Amino acid sequence: MKNILVCIKQVPDTTEIRIDPVKKTLIRDGVPSIVNPFDTYALELAARIKDKEPDTKITLICMGPPQAEAALKECLAVGGDKAYLVSGREFGGSDTLATSYILSCAVQKVRELEGDFDIIFCGKQAIDGDTAQVGPEMAEHLGLPQITYVVEATAEEDRLVVKKETDEGFEMVGVKYPCLITVTKPSFEPRFPTIKAKLAANRAKVNVLGAGDLDIDLSRAGLKGSPTKVKKTFTPEVKTTGVKIHEETDEASAEKLFAELSDNKII
Amino acid sequence: MAEVKNKNLWVFVETDEKGEAKSVGLELLTVGRGLADKQGGALVGIVIGSKVDAAVAAAAEYGADEVITVDAPAFAHYSTDAYAKALCTLVDKYGPTTILIGATNNGRDLGPRVSCRLQTGLTADCTALDVDEESGNMAWTRPAFGGNLMATILCPDHRPQMGTVRPGVFKKGERQVGRTCKVTAETVEIAPEEIRTELLEVINEVAGELVDLENAEIIVSGGRGVGGPEGFAPVRALAEALGATVGASRAAVDSGWISHAHQVGQTGKTVGPKLYIACGISGAIQHLAGMSSSKVIVAINKDPDAPIFNVADYGVVGDLHVVLPILTEKIKKAKGLA
Repeated sequence: MKNILVCIKQVPDTTEIRIDPVKKTLIRDGVPSIVNPFDTYALELAARIKDKEPDTKITLICMGPPQAEAALKECLAVGGDKAYLVSGREFGGSDTLATSYILSCAVQKVRELEGDFDIIFCGKQAIDGDTAQVGPEMAEHLGLPQITYVVEATAEEDRLVVKKETDEGFEMVGVKYPCLITVTKPSFEPRFPTIKAKLAANRAKVNVLGAGDLDIDLSRAGLKGSPTKVKKTFTPEVKTTGVKIHEETDEASAEKLFAELSDNKII
Repeated sequence: MAEVKNKNLWVFVETDEKGEAKSVGLELLTVGRGLADKQGGALVGIVIGSKVDAAVAAAAEYGADEVITVDAPAFAHYSTDAYAKALCTLVDKYGPTTILIGATNNGRDLGPRVSCRLQTGLTADCTALDVDEESGNMAWTRPAFGGNLMATILCPDHRPQMGTVRPGVFKKGERQVGRTCKVTAETVEIAPEEIRTELLEVINEVAGELVDLENAEIIVSGGRGVGGPEGFAPVRALAEALGATVGASRAAVDSGWISHAHQVGQTGKTVGPKLYIACGISGAIQHLAGMSSSKVIVAINKDPDAPIFNVADYGVVGDLHVVLPILTEKIKKAKGLA
């Protein structure tokens, strides 16, 4: 059996986010919360290991506000056995270094309850921040070897063999347990829950870990524990010189586009 | 946190299997020149690898004041453990104020491992770099929320301040052929057991699957608006007529309509062709970050409010399934007559 931890994050569905054209601010109302897609791939790799070795245990951990419990329950329905939500006011405003520190303290705690983990799987990055930093930073805090951009994983007796994406193609890499793996989009889709599993997950208990439950130095958490500070946010500039083509029919628009492009020697 | 000993700006110049510099390191030396001058320190290239003379020479020719090397067989192939140890050892010894790293797969693996060990801040995938006038800190600008918002980040109290930048975001300057600079060779001992991962096999993309977006002169890209895998047919037809490479937005790739190798944007390739034709791409800044440096941008989209029109030189409001076939026919005819 393998003892696996999967780290997940609840994120706003960024493909649904729009900018208020007048106020130039993010419109977040009505934007659905989802499990970060890369984390669903991480869970799928863990679930595939469990398919081969059914006595494998998959524990889930998520840092976020109380409503992130919904994300954990979704993951309990597709292979997760136990779920922990790391939540607390003290953790708000954390950058990646502070977040990875808090999560690594939480991992130490969960380890006491669930046993030492052979593999920690994380999504490559979360789609709201897109930093890809929390996984490698957790590995550093925990002193574990890391492999990033993984698309396949085979759990052998005494080592994990993964296929990872590189800039040139792929590599097969082996690593002894325990290790931390970050997962990018594989060639397959994550599984769907059965209705039975969904109902069971809804009834399942999500364990909540607050600051008081962890052996943690709170000066390294939250805004004050974050070396990076956001100075300002803004929406991207608008180009005003562009030619807009909107004729009565699409056919006429196509003709006009061709005329513009050939007249200006662009094609 | 490492002790700062000077105002120097470091550029991690990643090497390839042949010991040559990857392009992004040279791009960062180019942009780093002005930043180092503003910070009042030297521009230093950091070259880690095996038999890296070519990369060292390139760093000098692209403007480095000094190059520090760690050159040994243990670094022939990238490993997190060996490279993180080498870079951290150099930082401890030399104490730079700023480090730029190319956001390649390896750079994004190395950056957070190192910044965490040094207990400092790292800003990922920056699209603009400057020195904050008030404080003298680096001002790192990057997209967030899928690129819908830009954020400028400072790292005021921790050093070195670190950031990664995607390949292609900045352009390489002129190569100053024959320019040399001071080269300092450092040794970092790595015991075999310190490298905890074992490379078993390298599978490079077979030629047929390689999509060379970065060097393409014309790119025709499809997004969510193409509607499905078969919706890429008119996109491919136009690309073929133009001799162009086919690109795609994240929405199309995530939907499984086309492979990731075609993806343009923050999590795909950064491109700068002479002509970029965006078909059914709404234009999240995430995508714009990867293509807005294209010389001429054409956008075709049904939604007149799509953000892609904000960067388009020619914006067609209309159905790509009608517009593209007509455009393709006209181009084919024009070429046939020519």
